[in-house]
Amino acid sequence: MQFAYGGSQDAGNADALVNELGLTGLQFTNIWNGCATGGSSLNAAYTAIKSGEYDLGVVVGFDKHPRGAFNPKPAEWGLDDWYGEAGMMLTTQFFAMKTQRYMHDHGITNDALVRVAEKAFHNGSLTPTAWRRQALSYDEIASSMMVSDPLRKYMFCSPAEGGAALILCDAKIAKRYTSNPIYLSAAAVRTRHYGSFEVFSPSQPMQVADAPTVTASKAAFELAGLGPEDIDVLQLQDTDSGTEIIHMAENGFCEHGDQEKLLRDGATRIDGSLPINTDGGCLANGEPVGASGLRQVHEICVQLRGDGGARQVPGNPKVGYTHVYGAPGISGVNILTV
Amino acid sequence: MTQQIPIQDGLFTWPSAQPELLGSRCDHCGEASFPSQPDCRNCGSRETSVVPIGSRGTLWTWTIQSFMPKDPYRSDETPETFTPYGVGYVEMPGGVRVESRLQLPEGEKPEIGMSLDLVIEPFRTEEDGTQIMMFSFKPTEE
Ligand SMILES: [Zn+2]
Repeated sequence: MQFAYGGSQDAGNADALVNELGLTGLQFTNIWNGCATGGSSLNAAYTAIKSGEYDLGVVVGFDKHPRGAFNPKPAEWGLDDWYGEAGMMLTTQFFAMKTQRYMHDHGITNDALVRVAEKAFHNGSLTPTAWRRQALSYDEIASSMMVSDPLRKYMFCSPAEGGAALILCDAKIAKRYTSNPIYLSAAAVRTRHYGSFEVFSPSQPMQVADAPTVTASKAAFELAGLGPEDIDVLQLQDTDSGTEIIHMAENGFCEHGDQEKLLRDGATRIDGSLPINTDGGCLANGEPVGASGLRQVHEICVQLRGDGGARQVPGNPKVGYTHVYGAPGISGVNILTV
Repeated sequence: MTQQIPIQDGLFTWPSAQPELLGSRCDHCGEASFPSQPDCRNCGSRETSVVPIGSRGTLWTWTIQSFMPKDPYRSDETPETFTPYGVGYVEMPGGVRVESRLQLPEGEKPEIGMSLDLVIEPFRTEEDGTQIMMFSFKPTEE
């Protein structure tokens, strides 16, 4: 290895790893970018190799969070204390309010929210490394405790523990290390514009702008020379059921409002036309913030190599897509090919 | 007499018989922000003015906070006395959507588009008896 990028929110600096693994003197840069930490670490490695500075390195992310919802401090996000004291600084509230408005604007119903969670836990039950490995029935999800209207207990991911690592090298030398390399065709990270509806915002402008997910997605497709129709398997940030639904359209995989029918028809299941979060996503794997974005990429590698076992997408998928979204308005998108 | 101080200076006119929220408006592009800020997020101008942004608005989106938040939440409640509260974004006549707690009649769900009025009420009481005043919105009473 020549370099490392790594990230963790609550489990210490990522480069503390080298105390366990052995000291080498190589460049190790800690990356911290909210829920987009994994995506940002991968992006940094991608850029380092593309620049010609290095040709072989590792990206690592891990975390272990206290139980329950995240409790960020206002000062760390450029906000005054009153915002947290008054009980408005919760990511769960934001995702619920974005979902509430989206359902109102685009005719999405509770049925769609339940179906996303049902699929996630089913896929988790097929994934040996998942955190929640028990499938849940439609009724168990639909009658679970209301946490933040319209989102119920089993529609939210939980802060959890986990880790993931990826080895990247210059594509020209990949065959030296593996007989079946996966190519990173595009990596793009973008931040919020004026007018996009973001977490931790005491106010929102009246004018509406595209979410950072929309701009990151467009940039990645352009870089890869591909479009949504070329993607065989995808991972979308599913902090909660509503967010996966919104991200389907924000990433260009359907029109706003079409999700209701796609979910009812099972299109996003492993054997559907648009398989999403084949390992159960954040809902079944939990959310170790530093690791999640890299877990997504790992799952795409598994699928593109045909190693998915019981959760393998049929038809030899050739092109995969990953997407993360994090506070205070960052998105990272990767496109992978074989 | 009980002393009452705002949770933060500059969020609303206080004391006032008819309080209003205070935001800032950009002298160049006219965009409004809450709370007020010296720079404009839209055009980057450094010239903004503090302006009242109104006391009656309409609900743009909402949720119900059903569990008691952890620190930095600071109310007088305990897990035993905690009652779920509404949170929403309220479209203000000043041209900005403000995030606020919503005070709703017990068991009633808010509706997007409903009319809401600003209220300034005690949010918690400090050990010395000082009441910390906070803004929230209630359904408009016809
Ligand atoms: Zn301006």
